[in-house]
Amino acid sequence: MFQKDDWMTTEQGSTQPGTNDRPVKLACRNVWKLFGVNAASFIRERDGKASMADVTAAGLVGAVRAVDLEIRQGEIFIIMGLSGSGKSTLVRCMSRLVEPSHGKIEFEGKDLLKISDAALIELRRHRMGMVFQNFALLPHLNVLDNIAFPLSIQGQDRATREARAREVIDLVGLRGREHFYPRELSGGQQQRVGIARSLATKPEIWFLDEPFSALDPLIRREMQDELMRLQTMLHKTIVFITHDFDEAIRLADRIAIMKDGEVIQIGTPEELVVNPATDYVAEFTRDVDRAKVISAYSLMRACDGSEHGGTVSPDAKIASFSASIVSAGKPFAVVNGTGKPIGEVTPQAVIDLLAGIEHARADA
Amino acid sequence: MTVTASASEPRPPLQRWLLVWAAALAAVLLVFLLQDSVPWAVDYPANAVVPVADWVSALMGWIKSNLSWLTRSITAVLGVPLDFALNLLAKNFKIGHGADAYVLPRLSWVGVCAVAFLAGHAVGGRKLSLLVGGCFLYIALFGQWTSAMLTLALISIAVPFCIVTGLFAGIWAWRKPWAERLILSPALDLMQTIPTFAYLIPMLLLFGNSPVSAMIATAIFATPPMVRATMLGLTRVPLEIGEFSDMAGCTARQKLWRVLLPSARPTLMVGVNQVIMLALNMVIIASMIGAGGLGYDVLLALRALKVGEAMEAGLAIVALAIALDRLSQAIAHKQAKGHVHQAVSPSFWRRHPNLSLAIAILAVTTLLGLFVPAFAAVPKAITFTTAPLWKAAVNWVTINFFDAIEAFRVALILNVLNPVRAFCEGFPWLGAVFLLGLAGYQLSGLRLAALVAALTGFCAITGLWEKTMATVYLCGISAFIACLIGIPIGLMAARSDRFEKIVTPIIDTLQVLPSFCFIIPVVMLFRVGDVTAMIATIAFAVVPAIRYTNHGIRQVPPALIEAAKVSGCTPRQTFFRVQLPLALPEIMLGVNQTILMALAMIIICAMVGTRDLGQEVFIALSKADSGRGIVAGLAIAFIGIVADRLFNAWTAKARARLG
Repeated sequence: MFQKDDWMTTEQGSTQPGTNDRPVKLACRNVWKLFGVNAASFIRERDGKASMADVTAAGLVGAVRAVDLEIRQGEIFIIMGLSGSGKSTLVRCMSRLVEPSHGKIEFEGKDLLKISDAALIELRRHRMGMVFQNFALLPHLNVLDNIAFPLSIQGQDRATREARAREVIDLVGLRGREHFYPRELSGGQQQRVGIARSLATKPEIWFLDEPFSALDPLIRREMQDELMRLQTMLHKTIVFITHDFDEAIRLADRIAIMKDGEVIQIGTPEELVVNPATDYVAEFTRDVDRAKVISAYSLMRACDGSEHGGTVSPDAKIASFSASIVSAGKPFAVVNGTGKPIGEVTPQAVIDLLAGIEHARADA
Repeated sequence: MTVTASASEPRPPLQRWLLVWAAALAAVLLVFLLQDSVPWAVDYPANAVVPVADWVSALMGWIKSNLSWLTRSITAVLGVPLDFALNLLAKNFKIGHGADAYVLPRLSWVGVCAVAFLAGHAVGGRKLSLLVGGCFLYIALFGQWTSAMLTLALISIAVPFCIVTGLFAGIWAWRKPWAERLILSPALDLMQTIPTFAYLIPMLLLFGNSPVSAMIATAIFATPPMVRATMLGLTRVPLEIGEFSDMAGCTARQKLWRVLLPSARPTLMVGVNQVIMLALNMVIIASMIGAGGLGYDVLLALRALKVGEAMEAGLAIVALAIALDRLSQAIAHKQAKGHVHQAVSPSFWRRHPNLSLAIAILAVTTLLGLFVPAFAAVPKAITFTTAPLWKAAVNWVTINFFDAIEAFRVALILNVLNPVRAFCEGFPWLGAVFLLGLAGYQLSGLRLAALVAALTGFCAITGLWEKTMATVYLCGISAFIACLIGIPIGLMAARSDRFEKIVTPIIDTLQVLPSFCFIIPVVMLFRVGDVTAMIATIAFAVVPAIRYTNHGIRQVPPALIEAAKVSGCTPRQTFFRVQLPLALPEIMLGVNQTILMALAMIIICAMVGTRDLGQEVFIALSKADSGRGIVAGLAIAFIGIVADRLFNAWTAKARARLG
């Protein structure tokens, strides 16, 4: 146990090697968004510090409060919260669709709130893309023109922009629908158009505001797979908003959980499941299929010298080797990149996890 | 003690208001009874009348004498497109002067009718094609072609003007909330409640008796719905679409013109439809200041009491109104339903087959008209007239039913109209100001109270109190009867789908008809006077009472009705306990609309000899007395605004209570 905790603190529990050392693409530094009279001066006078009670007492509504987070190049960063938690406002602060009351939004180290309107338009035209919950397609344009629209307002000529639009149409699998109007498409197809449109400008950072919430569960799953497929090809920096914890677990590199305008925990899905910061987070993680989230590293113990039936890497999910370890009946060695064993996972631990009783064992 | 006090807490306000009202009514009654000792509180003293009319006259005179260069240049500029449209549709182009002038023909009637069929087919299929084309053919065959085309030419120039102005005003109001609140909203209210007649006077004064002044009056009258539709359309565009345009990096201009306005197109098209219908209505009325066309025919015929001719021209207006309305509604509907994909073709002819065909038809038939007279003008041989028929019918009715109709008319006057009139005209002006102010205070607060009292006071201090009350009386009775008829019909329509199917086309048609048309048949039977005005007004104003009642009942959520049924309500109980209370705010909106429409109509009925504010405007119009006309027009508008604000406040309160 002791050794395991040591690992946690030194490596910060990273089971997704590679995301931590990437450069920060977008950062929020003590970002506030308050609604009400004199909201901006209220928080400025308090130097960016106020409690929930202060805010309420001043007759303000705290949509986003003291949010600090860093989104790294190429990761899928999910902001999870129930309705009214401020997640939509936060993502709009990041793109300056909503002007924050206080704080800094840093895009590649530069404060977004200080740049000129013209620079902001340039930034949005070429480096940001956004997908909306209700698709936000233009009803008077067909699929091709909708997708080419962001290029058209940049002044690209028809041939160039339509060629690019056809590329992304192929990418999202809408070939043959170019001349359909949004009303003629199903919800899933409409969101494919929305995705294609936001990708047409080759953005670096991609905001997805509950993109699949308006879709049926089956379609939603299909679209999640589609998103993962696109991401393996495109490697965008993704900020993804959702109220669906399962969706967050499925897609995320890291998740920020929001409640009442505050971010209460940021971490990988596994960290949230293993070490929930509050009861609120624990409540979300309770029904999660742990075997798919928890890695061998979290479940391992120090080697006690017994014979090993196989080896697994520290970040392998339990679900990926549970069948083989149970049939082998022997502990598996957990080995790091150089092939050196750093611990072992026993079949009993895996069975307990699958049965949902690993806490009882830990307490005992 | 404290317990009982807190338990009965919700009651005292209501009881207090009852007491207040009882006291107020008693006070007014007292004033009425003691009018000999306080005559100034009953009839506004003549020597204290504020000469607002003279001020307005002086102002208009100043504008006329000092800004004539402006009005003349406006006339000249607007005259160019207007003349073109008039020549194109109705009058032929004349190049050169005198006998050797070369004449380019107007569009052939055959071509225009064919295009009407085609347009109907393009936007609404065969049924609409037959309706629209049939209406135009009807106009041609009944010998109303030239007049109808004059009217259409005026509309076709006024409407684009209204649409563009309305669009920009709407955008401005949407961008700057203060502009909407302080300038546009009050202006729109005023523009729509000032009676149409009152518009004509300053136009007549500034721009003379010409189609241009008719067009300007039409443009002013018909613009408000476009402004409102633009504001509504823009605010209704989903938030996300606006956000998308920002994220795509649109500039403010690109956002408005390429994203928001196109997305708002269905709502804008509803505005366009309303603009067209209002323009038609106004063009008819503006015939009094030189618009010519169908309205002028009606006016002439009515003045000469030629009922047959009036009826015929009136029916042509109806045909034109129905054709324009159905056509523009079908276009709006098509917009709302969204586009359907089709193969893209490079040639103009392939992309716009209907437009190309229409242009070809017009060109060919008009050219043919140069050689074949039957194409240039509707041949006399194929037109027919129903005027003698109408005249015969009226004569027959008059001969056979004169006694019955006359008895009805006299009974109505003696037993209903005259007592109410006496009551209204004797009502102390101070009492009215006080009671209406009190109502405003109870419904909304001090601001509404002040507004209502001030507007009512205006009617008194300008010396128009008696005429104001004459208007209120006729308008009130008509609106009351219209509600008595309309609400039950609406209730029946709400309870039976079959009945609704019968009622809907009728009220749709009634709503489309220009107000002028309602007078004609009634005049035939009841001659001139208050009874005619009342009946025409009821027919005109009954529509919103039916429509809103029906809609109000039908919009009650089905879940609530199911809940009532499950709780064991009989259909009767469901209706009275659940549907009716929930629909009440909507029904009251209908009543409000009915009152406003009745007011608009009563004014037009000045033509059939009422003795109220409308007559005041009418006389001012014939004397070109702008001050008198405008002040009377404002007084009418203020009646409308007072009624509207009080009803709206009441409805808002009821809505808030229902949640």
